[in-house]
Amino acid sequence: MKKIIKAVVAMVLISTVIFIMTGCGQSKPTLKVYNWGDYIDESIFKDFEEEYGIRIIYDTFATNEDMYIKIKAGGSDYDVAFPSDYMIERMISEDLLYEINYNNIPNYKYIGDEFKNFSYDPTNGYSVPYMWGTVGIIYNTTMVDDTVDSWDILWNEKYAKQILMLDSQRDSIGITLKKLGYSLNTKNVDELEAAKDALIEQKPLVLAYVGDEVKDKMIAGEAALAVVWSGDAVYMNWENPDLEYAIPKEGSNLWFDAMVIPKTSKNKENAELFINFMSRTDIAFKNADYIGYSTPHIEARNLLDEDLINDPTAYPELEDLVNCEVFKDLSDFLREYDKIWTEVKAR
Amino acid sequence: MVMSYLKKLYAFIIFFFLYAPIMVLIVFSFNESKSRGSWDGFTLKWYIELFQDRQIMSALYNTIVIAILSSTIATAIGTAAAIGIHNMKQFKRSMVMNLTYLPVLNPDIVTGISLMLLFIFLKIRLGFLTLLLAHITFNIPYVIISVLPKLKQLNKHIYEAALDLGASPSYALRKVIIPEIMPGIITGFLLAFTLSLDDFVISFFTTGSGVSNLSITIYSMARRGINPKINALSTIMFVTVLLLLIIVNKRMSKTNIIKE
Repeated sequence: MKKIIKAVVAMVLISTVIFIMTGCGQSKPTLKVYNWGDYIDESIFKDFEEEYGIRIIYDTFATNEDMYIKIKAGGSDYDVAFPSDYMIERMISEDLLYEINYNNIPNYKYIGDEFKNFSYDPTNGYSVPYMWGTVGIIYNTTMVDDTVDSWDILWNEKYAKQILMLDSQRDSIGITLKKLGYSLNTKNVDELEAAKDALIEQKPLVLAYVGDEVKDKMIAGEAALAVVWSGDAVYMNWENPDLEYAIPKEGSNLWFDAMVIPKTSKNKENAELFINFMSRTDIAFKNADYIGYSTPHIEARNLLDEDLINDPTAYPELEDLVNCEVFKDLSDFLREYDKIWTEVKAR
Repeated sequence: MVMSYLKKLYAFIIFFFLYAPIMVLIVFSFNESKSRGSWDGFTLKWYIELFQDRQIMSALYNTIVIAILSSTIATAIGTAAAIGIHNMKQFKRSMVMNLTYLPVLNPDIVTGISLMLLFIFLKIRLGFLTLLLAHITFNIPYVIISVLPKLKQLNKHIYEAALDLGASPSYALRKVIIPEIMPGIITGFLLAFTLSLDDFVISFFTTGSGVSNLSITIYSMARRGINPKINALSTIMFVTVLLLLIIVNKRMSKTNIIKE
């Protein structure tokens, strides 16, 4: 017994000492970055630290809402965060973001003009785009012989129990609204009711409502059609060449993840330094190459693999995106979406 | 004959369902491809990348340090509390016990959010310290609950006999009571340790920038897909625990033989 107590005490002492030791010697200035999990090439931290002598403390989140809670509640002091479009809109309206001084971000000029001035940040005062993409249908060419150019194919009884839908209310209701010819940001209750009926009608055909596991399922050929994000589609096509991606002609969702400076930041200039660094061609290229999503950085895109640049999945022609919309912050109306999604899932 | 065959089959099925997921995880930690949908060949690259991944390594470090510190401190506080509660009068004891049970029954999310609000209200910066305090807080009731039954089983005449034989109360506590309730203390410690190791909800709300544990790091990978590095890490952790168990069992059976 004594031995155990001694061992425990020793363990505690050792771990405390280690903790205190690592706690010291952090006189270097730090920068706190809050990003999606596995959404950066971590080797760039070293480059940044060597160049500017600023240590990066890196944390990750899984959903926009997780990040929002952390920043809104206070008690955190992140300098740079990477929210998506509608969340940026919400954070701007709740006065959670600093206006960026673009004079400190000369590399902003490399960001394509077509990726600026979207509704989530209409004056382009608060955000620098990091990655973008679309939502579309991925299909297995060995199992689907119709042309896939419309959301209607997800309602085709021929593919009963071979369709995977996203278990995400905004996305699933959004594409249904698009199929019916409405805006995916609609606040019209009748249009939402129509979407609900369509989703309930579709439900017997759906194999499963899935999240991230959609990738493994499609690669393994477990289903014929699935709704996915374009970035994941590039990866799936890479793992299984039978898979093709299409953006339906009715239009779809166009999404952005962008860098912002939350008001929790204690050093706005260093945050701007970091954003500028992230927008430098070599760094933007490293990140785009590691993540595989589409970069809005024109110079970085040109450095990418020839096949990827010409891949319409990752870099569609802009005219294909005419009908696409960016999610808007629905604030209180989101409850209606919640309600509809619950009703669909409960059937 | 048939019965024994069925019994074995039943046991096999139970163990199969318990361990099949872990086996799949271990197998896929050696998969060349990042996807679980295809097998592209054997590789050790995820193990190499794991040790180069600063974020996962610091999360692992935080998780282990927090687990050791919080379970040790909670065991000390919890054991002292249990001895105190045991010696209370009936009414007071049941009241304090109800107060102890409450955090156990409380959903984690309520504990997490209320702790976060408390820390923010007290203007303590969220980080390592708040994470540690939160873990100690939710661990203490579990220690009390595992130590109390041992105290109830304890023959109180042993303590009185020790006093009669000239031991001071603190000497009797150290030499008589603590050794007698040691199994309960160790159970409480291990329970606290495992609870701290895999807590997600409370940690999520009480940690601040720069400090995250494994469960938070793994959860945050949900959108892009869990990186196979995590499979490699889980495999290492599983093998370590397995080896520890085997060593402990070996030593236990050895001492048993000596005793006999």
